[in-house]
Amino acid sequence: MRVLAIDTSTAAVQAALVDLDDDELFLTSFRREVDARGHVEKLAPFIEGCLADAGRTVKDVDAVVAGIGPGPFTGLRVGMVTAAAFADGAGIPVYGVCSLDGIGANTRGRALAATDARRKEIYWAVYEDGVREGEPQVGKASELPETGADYAIGEGASKYAAELPMEAEATPIYPDLVKLVELAGPRLLAGAPSEQLTPLYLRRPDAQPAEAAPKA
Amino acid sequence: MKNNPVVMGIETSCDETGVGIVRGHELLADAVASSVDEHARFGGVVPEVASRAHLEAMVPTVQRALDDAGLTLADLDGIAVTAGPGLAGALMVGVGAAKAYSLATGIPLYGVNHLSAHIAVDTLENGPIPEPAIGLLVSGGHSSIMMVEDLAGKVTQLGASIDDAAGEAFDKVARLLGLPFPGGPYIDKAAKEGDRAFVRFPRGLTAAKDMEKHRYDFSFSGLKTAVARWIEAQRAEGNNVPVNDVAAAFQEAVCDVLTQKAILAAKEHGVGTILLGGGVAANSRLRTLAVERAEDAGITLRYPRPKLCTDNGAMVAALGSHLVSAGVAPSVIDFPANSSMDVEVVSLANRL
Ligand SMILES: [Zn+2]
Repeated sequence: MRVLAIDTSTAAVQAALVDLDDDELFLTSFRREVDARGHVEKLAPFIEGCLADAGRTVKDVDAVVAGIGPGPFTGLRVGMVTAAAFADGAGIPVYGVCSLDGIGANTRGRALAATDARRKEIYWAVYEDGVREGEPQVGKASELPETGADYAIGEGASKYAAELPMEAEATPIYPDLVKLVELAGPRLLAGAPSEQLTPLYLRRPDAQPAEAAPKA
Repeated sequence: MKNNPVVMGIETSCDETGVGIVRGHELLADAVASSVDEHARFGGVVPEVASRAHLEAMVPTVQRALDDAGLTLADLDGIAVTAGPGLAGALMVGVGAAKAYSLATGIPLYGVNHLSAHIAVDTLENGPIPEPAIGLLVSGGHSSIMMVEDLAGKVTQLGASIDDAAGEAFDKVARLLGLPFPGGPYIDKAAKEGDRAFVRFPRGLTAAKDMEKHRYDFSFSGLKTAVARWIEAQRAEGNNVPVNDVAAAFQEAVCDVLTQKAILAAKEHGVGTILLGGGVAANSRLRTLAVERAEDAGITLRYPRPKLCTDNGAMVAALGSHLVSAGVAPSVIDFPANSSMDVEVVSLANRL
């Protein structure tokens, strides 16, 4: 089956077409550009480009898989609404996968996968041989609790390498779209019902309370 | 070009997730999901709260609109979306969705201006707009006098608020009076029981020297301050503040300036039609005063029903339908969501 995969949980705007047959995965076409402010402009043309590169049309796409964060909210929402609307428009199902798993599930040993949460914070989770332990967290890179991780990987790890207590991979790694499709594989192959995508925000909205009302 | 095109409009520039569907000038669906209740306790729209609500509501609201219209996406001739101006993160949800629907269906996409859409919505109630026309757009985000020479391409701004939007002034004064958010409807209601001439609050930018430089511009922050000072002074003297009277006198000051300047703009430009739009156009006093003054000046005043004045998808669909009918080229899919979109750009095809 042919899957459109999207992730905008990091500064990378990413789209890909991935073929999934039983447990075989094949990356057919892929577009990525690191542009933290370019999600809404670039993502749709990237999807168009992926289809064109593969010589396919929308009718050839059987499902959509989207990274649901955690990630900076504005860009993340662009990818998620794009995935949801594309799937609705094409009449195909959409499935969400934790974006950090697109990094952590590719690791071996005990690893910290981290993306940039801005304001000197990271979104992170610990993986043991590629399997996530617990829910993703957000916090200051310099105040990371004891994790036992031997190394850190991901855009947030390379950016805040100096503040992290463990060795960090210098190259920024972004969520792997093929991995996201693999993780959604059981749902895709089973034809599971389409999902309402809910972002992993991890933070409450910054709400500026109204100015204090004058004394009555 | 196709007559009576069926167009879906998507609007997410502020706190309403709106999806409307029109056929020509006929309104087929106007689905709106609002997050206004979530903002009420903050006394203003919180952008992140609005954006979260848009994402949640987007696809269900599209489905609701299609169901209400008894149509499927395949029946559409165009998809229009507010590309700006508005809250950046909120706009991006609508623009992202519209692009994806267009990609998935092959239906042409039009990125349009929110302000022109406020004008276009009048066609759903009153038919084609005579051109030229003057648009008086008043809401929580804008207070503008627009000159509409061609709704499909030539819309210019004659004047606008140089500080607070009129709707913002309503919200702020409502807060001073202990009335809930959004302030407009509560002030309107209180004012009905009040005396408009109870106190004369200042009319911003109406003095002779201001009229030279800011002939069609508005200013409402001084008015808000004047109301605040007046209330303070009363309290300092131990007097009760007559909420209804203050609401009525404040509302009168706003509506007086808005209507006066819009009529002046029409007269001085030899334009015979004024269109009222925006959330504040639902204000009953603004309508009454505008009707009276337009009649005296021999000008036709048009306005849609209150539900169509506030932000909704129907207005975006109405403008989209007009653009499709006029044969305007669709937008290219890489257009941005532009929070400070130039009021004079009606649709993003203009730039190509
Ligand atoms: Zn508006």
